[in-house]
Amino acid sequence: MRKYYNSIRRIAGNVVTVDAQGVGYDELAVITTSRGESLAQVIGLDGHEVSLQVFAGSQGVSNNDRVRFLHRPMQVPFSENLLGRVFDGSARPRDGRVPATGTPLDIGSPVVNPIRRRMPDKMIATGIPMIDVFNSLVESQKLPIFSVAGEPYNELLARIGLQADADIIILGGMGLRHDDYLKFRDAFEQGGVLGRAILFVHTAADPVVECLMVPDLCLAVGEQFALQGKRVLVLLTDMTAFADALKEIAITMEQIPSNRGYPGDLYTQMAKRYEKAVDFDEAGSMTVLACVTMPGNDVTHPVPDNTGYITEGQFYLHNGRIEPFGSLSRLKQQVNGATRDDHRAIMDACIQLYALCRESREKRDMGFEASPWDRKLLKYGLLFEQRIMDLSINLPLTAALDRCWEILAECFEPAETGIRRAIVEKHWPYRRE
Amino acid sequence: MSGRMKGKIVSVYGSLVIAEMEDRVVQNSVGYCHRSDGTRLLSEVIRVRGQLADLQVFEETRGLKTGDEVEFRAEMLSVVLGPGLLGQVYDGLQNPLPELAQRVGYFLAPGTYVPGLSTAVTWDFTPSAKVGDSVVAGDTLGTVPEGIFTHRIMAPFAWRGRYTVERIASAGQYTIDAEIATVVDAQGERRVVTMQQTWPVKVPLNVSRRRLLPTEPLVTRVRIVDSMFPIVRGGTYCIPGPFGAGKTVLQQITSRHAEIDVVVFAACGERAGEVVETLRDFPKLIDPRTGRSLMERTIIVCNTSAMPVAAREASVYTAATLAEYYRQMGLDVLLLADSTSRWAQAMRELSGRLEEIPGEEAFPAYLESRIAAFYERAGVLELTDGQLGSLTIGGTVSPAGGNFEEPVTQGTLKVVGAFLGLSRARSDARRYPAIDPLDSWSKYRGIIEPAKVLQMRRLLAQGHEVRQMMTVVGEEGTSAEDFAIALKADFFDNCFLQQNAFDDVDGATPAERQRFVFDKALQVVELDLAGLDKTQLREVMVRAADWFRNWNYAASGSSEYDRYLHEIDRFIADRQQSTP
Ligand SMILES: Nc1ncnc2c1ncn2[C@@H]1O[C@H](COP(=O)(O)OP(=O)(O)O)[C@@H](O)[C@H]1O
Ligand SMILES: [Mg+2]
Repeated sequence: MRKYYNSIRRIAGNVVTVDAQGVGYDELAVITTSRGESLAQVIGLDGHEVSLQVFAGSQGVSNNDRVRFLHRPMQVPFSENLLGRVFDGSARPRDGRVPATGTPLDIGSPVVNPIRRRMPDKMIATGIPMIDVFNSLVESQKLPIFSVAGEPYNELLARIGLQADADIIILGGMGLRHDDYLKFRDAFEQGGVLGRAILFVHTAADPVVECLMVPDLCLAVGEQFALQGKRVLVLLTDMTAFADALKEIAITMEQIPSNRGYPGDLYTQMAKRYEKAVDFDEAGSMTVLACVTMPGNDVTHPVPDNTGYITEGQFYLHNGRIEPFGSLSRLKQQVNGATRDDHRAIMDACIQLYALCRESREKRDMGFEASPWDRKLLKYGLLFEQRIMDLSINLPLTAALDRCWEILAECFEPAETGIRRAIVEKHWPYRRE
Repeated sequence: MSGRMKGKIVSVYGSLVIAEMEDRVVQNSVGYCHRSDGTRLLSEVIRVRGQLADLQVFEETRGLKTGDEVEFRAEMLSVVLGPGLLGQVYDGLQNPLPELAQRVGYFLAPGTYVPGLSTAVTWDFTPSAKVGDSVVAGDTLGTVPEGIFTHRIMAPFAWRGRYTVERIASAGQYTIDAEIATVVDAQGERRVVTMQQTWPVKVPLNVSRRRLLPTEPLVTRVRIVDSMFPIVRGGTYCIPGPFGAGKTVLQQITSRHAEIDVVVFAACGERAGEVVETLRDFPKLIDPRTGRSLMERTIIVCNTSAMPVAAREASVYTAATLAEYYRQMGLDVLLLADSTSRWAQAMRELSGRLEEIPGEEAFPAYLESRIAAFYERAGVLELTDGQLGSLTIGGTVSPAGGNFEEPVTQGTLKVVGAFLGLSRARSDARRYPAIDPLDSWSKYRGIIEPAKVLQMRRLLAQGHEVRQMMTVVGEEGTSAEDFAIALKADFFDNCFLQQNAFDDVDGATPAERQRFVFDKALQVVELDLAGLDKTQLREVMVRAADWFRNWNYAASGSSEYDRYLHEIDRFIADRQQSTP
């Protein structure tokens, strides 16, 4: 027999408090209001009082609406039938088709035992030299694109997503504009991957609590496919919207904020999601790419800052280019030792010289005369930007490395590059006179 | 003191559970919350108000209900100590992760606990105490070989007073729970000793005659550390830096190359992937000092960022206790914690749940004293038998926004002996290790004579000043003399301070070689370059840097090594001659 509770004590923010018994922490409930049914999650137990976070928000909830407890955590049905489908942040269809069916999966599953993780060692070739040469992307990596509104971050995300050649692509949209959702769908369709893609989309018009569910839904489904041996790619955009949803909810619950209104557990909450990226020992993998828009283009803002501490690097998208400074792939050294013997040397030398070029530019901008060395650096910087950094360039790794050598040889003497002799002798494109 | 304390859950808020206890309740006792499906979740009493006990649960609390039972014992959160700790990979509560993987598969299921040491393994015990000997806490009763070490079986550290050995096991194979001795105290009370004992993690383990001033350099083989900002055995240091600046890599290379007996690595609240790297690499890496795998001298305690936050808070103490245990055997131990900021954040989360009055950035008011107490666990001890043991602690700090003016960095700087501050500008320019040579400091004396270190520090500071000035007056407004100073500072930076962690040779420089290279670099920066114009100066220094860099990559004793050294010597001699 189904048991209903209707003694709602308090309604505040998205939280409804009801008297009930035998309810477990973190379980799910259904609340029936004049607006229909909504899921709700138990976020606190105090004696007989059960606090529920209502997914659809508490607008229109009355103090004698009915609450029914499901005695299970939030779940998502899992099966191959999910492929090609679009859902919302409560895992309801958004594509006008029937609800998903399959084995129910608890979201927010336990942590993977580090012992069962493999060392990631497969490079994902993107054809973008700023990634492949300087910050190689690796299967199972968790990596965000740091950007600001107006930059083509979703395009870049989709481009990498398509190049990555994954078995399954899962898109999680948080606070996504409807147009952007359509763009992703079109990109997937044109790339011929829609049939192996799953989309969980929360738009800015949807309830804020559902925004919080999106990463968990994506990652629970992705993890399951990975356990079945699939190579899964999860794209999350925009994780700043996720963090802002956490903030909004924490504030309505009167938690003490730690930094610019964000709750003290922002790091832990985001880490719980990003850490789902995994290369399973004897099974598949899950790579997580995300977009993080930086409020005020400020990387020290709590969202990008905490993200950078969690993820395995970040790509800075700035003025339509991936910036060499600040961009980082922490897993690059797992793969770039086995590509070509000059890969690491080129990677270090080109960035070190570009850093020096930046100083020379500053001098120039201050109106100082350029020394011969400055002139070399200035020339180098320009060539490097035109032939390597430009995002429209699409080159295989080896061609990109060759191109770097050419640029170096056009600008410098070998000893000036700081590259060690043995490598220079092998790769320097000496011009035949 | 023992005996069970029971109660029922009345509230659940995340990892904080409040229980109403039947009668007695002891602060800091540990026990379990019994979930209705039979799962037991480890918890600790962290506050008592009347009959109400506030509990922090070391697991996800999903599924706990009001009315569920709790059960506690008057014991504090403890670890088990004995042979078999080396080479282990533990979670923050000393559950061995390989065993958990065998029992529960890919995931860490809440409520599965495995003892930290196996009672199935036998150890080759040799007694050293004799019947009739009078012993106190920490005295050695016998030994067992554990990998590369002779592991001392010590009288329980919690003992008070003297005991007389009544019986001691003869040499042979024993498990850690087998009786190896019986002792009797002055009142005639008898006690049984096994090879294992427990110790509460939050109480420093320090059974010794006295504490000594740490002075002996701990060679890490990272040049900028050993030569410029040294650390010592028994000392403390911190590595603050923004994300991506190289804190973890520096800790990893230190754990690999440091000239020390035992390394305990506390992976606290950071990426699981970084632990996997150590986990997979270390068994394969041979420690050149012992000829055995690095894993044999290493213990990993990992509570990564997605693991429960209360256990994260405990994990650094677990690691510290294991480290102190090996110090009690007269070994030199290094504890590396990455990152202490995650530990501090765990305290902040718990403090927030308890609704304590928050301090700066919502950290609890006791943050600084906790940090200080943690680093105080380091030190050189003169043990009860007169031998020395040391524990060195190095912690990374992950300041919000990379700004060192925040409570964890500031609280740490007050108590450590060396500060290796990482700089974003240096890591952006790929100048690794990105330790800022101007801001960092060390109160210890290292492997290079202080006068020479000072000379180089001055050069770096002057070089920096010249560079600053050049941004105002330009290169043309700078004298050749000043320009030479800037170039020499750059040279020392490029060729000595920077080091390629991913190169087999350059990645680790032994003390002897460091001294030698340092002196050569000193000869170069002392060269009189008067009379050269700026283009010539740059040319000369580019050449010197090129020789040095290649020299750094050449293995000691190889023909390249000799060749580059020869070139450098010739270069120096040429320059010395060409000045009038
Ligand atoms: N000493 C070093 N030599 C070469 N590369 C380094 C060094 N230190 C850091 N790096 C690079 O920077 C990345 C980030 O370093 P890491 O130690 O993980 O940073 P943090 O722990 O400070 O966030 C590494 O993955 C590596 O690519
Ligand atoms: Mg780190």
